[in-house]
Amino acid sequence: MSAPMISLQGLSGTTVFDQSPARAKSGGCASSSCGSSAKPHEMDSAVWEKIKDHPCFSEEAHHYFARMHVAVAPACNIQCNYCNRKYDCANESRPGIVSERLTPDQALRKVIGVANEVPQLSVLGIAGPGDACYDWKNTKATFQRVAKEIGDIKLCISTNGLALPDRVAELAEMNVDHVTITINMVDPRIGAKIYPWIFYGNRRYTGVEAATILHERQMSGLEMLTARGILTKINSVMIPGVNDEHLIEVNKWVKERGAFLHNVMPLISDPAHGTHYGLSGQRGPKAMELKALQDRLEGGAKLMRHCRQCRADAVGLLGEDRGQEFTLDRLPDKVTYDASKRETYRAVVARERGDRLAAKSEALGMVKTAGSGKSLLVAVATKGGGRINEHFGHAKEFQVYEASPKGISFVGHRKVEQYCLGGRAEDKSLDGVISTLEGVDIVLCARIGNCPEDRLKEGGIRATEAYGYDYIETAIGALYAAEFGSEPLAATA
Amino acid sequence: MAFKIIASQCTQCGACEFECPSGAIKFKGETYVIDPKKCTECEGTFETQQCASVCPVSKTCVPA
Repeated sequence: MSAPMISLQGLSGTTVFDQSPARAKSGGCASSSCGSSAKPHEMDSAVWEKIKDHPCFSEEAHHYFARMHVAVAPACNIQCNYCNRKYDCANESRPGIVSERLTPDQALRKVIGVANEVPQLSVLGIAGPGDACYDWKNTKATFQRVAKEIGDIKLCISTNGLALPDRVAELAEMNVDHVTITINMVDPRIGAKIYPWIFYGNRRYTGVEAATILHERQMSGLEMLTARGILTKINSVMIPGVNDEHLIEVNKWVKERGAFLHNVMPLISDPAHGTHYGLSGQRGPKAMELKALQDRLEGGAKLMRHCRQCRADAVGLLGEDRGQEFTLDRLPDKVTYDASKRETYRAVVARERGDRLAAKSEALGMVKTAGSGKSLLVAVATKGGGRINEHFGHAKEFQVYEASPKGISFVGHRKVEQYCLGGRAEDKSLDGVISTLEGVDIVLCARIGNCPEDRLKEGGIRATEAYGYDYIETAIGALYAAEFGSEPLAATA
Repeated sequence: MAFKIIASQCTQCGACEFECPSGAIKFKGETYVIDPKKCTECEGTFETQQCASVCPVSKTCVPA
């Protein structure tokens, strides 16, 4: 199955799959027996059809598909304590931040420009910098224009929910089948600590009164979307001491109302951003606190663990932002949509992902038959395609997986400062990488030098390039079996 | 009487423009501007000035 990988090399602008095909190994089992397991189980096929190419709604899809946001909706109807509307910086990556705002016509030009160059593109989102449902005229005009040109692109929006109930009918008409609502509370007394005011019904409300209105509108919007079969992701900002414990309650409420996915994100509160929380010294959660809360939420609404808290104008796979390559001044004045790259890419992915899913299910079997009660935390350097295909020194983040008797699951990502810059290795950043990888047992990458490998070992972390270009799950399955299993690998095949 | 927008503080989000019942707010050059001839301070239409109520930055949309 390494053959289809080659054709992707010709796709310019692609950052995935550029590994050497000669070394690419599939997880085996490609021929016959495990075809049916190629689709994630416990999900009905209509839902799978909706999410399978959406990087934010499907953890599996985030290895293959890219999203782009167009910042056409700058106006907002509420104020949040973690947001500062004056802050606008091209060098800062965080939710709601953009470097250029677009009119619907400019947005169309940008979407076509990106679709022609980034074959992984599958989703167009409008996520601010204000509220997509409140700044509706711009949102609607953009979606209508883009849908006319690129019929197969998925449309989605992100909203605080206040204006959402007024827009559900039109969202359904426009085939928007993914909506993200930010819900940080179901108790307005807690809401009053997060939202200083809302603008609703031609006046400003504050305090518990404001939070009560917001809460009621969020719940009714969510219920309306569920009734229409529109998938919803709930974003919650985890604010230690304010709503961290409360999010367990939020998770229950949104699950009962049909939310598809719950994404608990850490508060970002750098004082330099000038937000209320930043200035008042409210801290964000540590990576392990976030994971602990997410672990407690397991069993409720399904959790999203692969969120990168991207900018409101991000372009590319999750974890990368190519937005700066597609600013208006870099786009041609006139663009015509050329579907060829996206179509070719999709055909390759269709074959590739079937193979990977088969490999994954085999790897799961491997972990289970290893018969150990132990768990293994594995950090992976990847640039997409679900393979270990990034050099240790080039990684800007590591994807962390946990292998345990329950299976192999993605638990999150850890951002690091790139260790090798322009061929030079930076010792200082290596210290940073080692401390970021705290708790990880082993690092898997395509390549690693002797020096960083030894330094990691001193820090108690093993690293290996032995599984380079393998599927992530295949490698972790084999690794787990080798660590804890009594049977040799071949016995499970 | 009219309201005005302090240009240096304005984030150009445009919420004031579409909330203004008198069509007094327009984007000009680099910022939003309130036409004092058209601005009614929302008197007789709403209890509060819509532009000031929706503005995300305090003391940015103020009496002229």
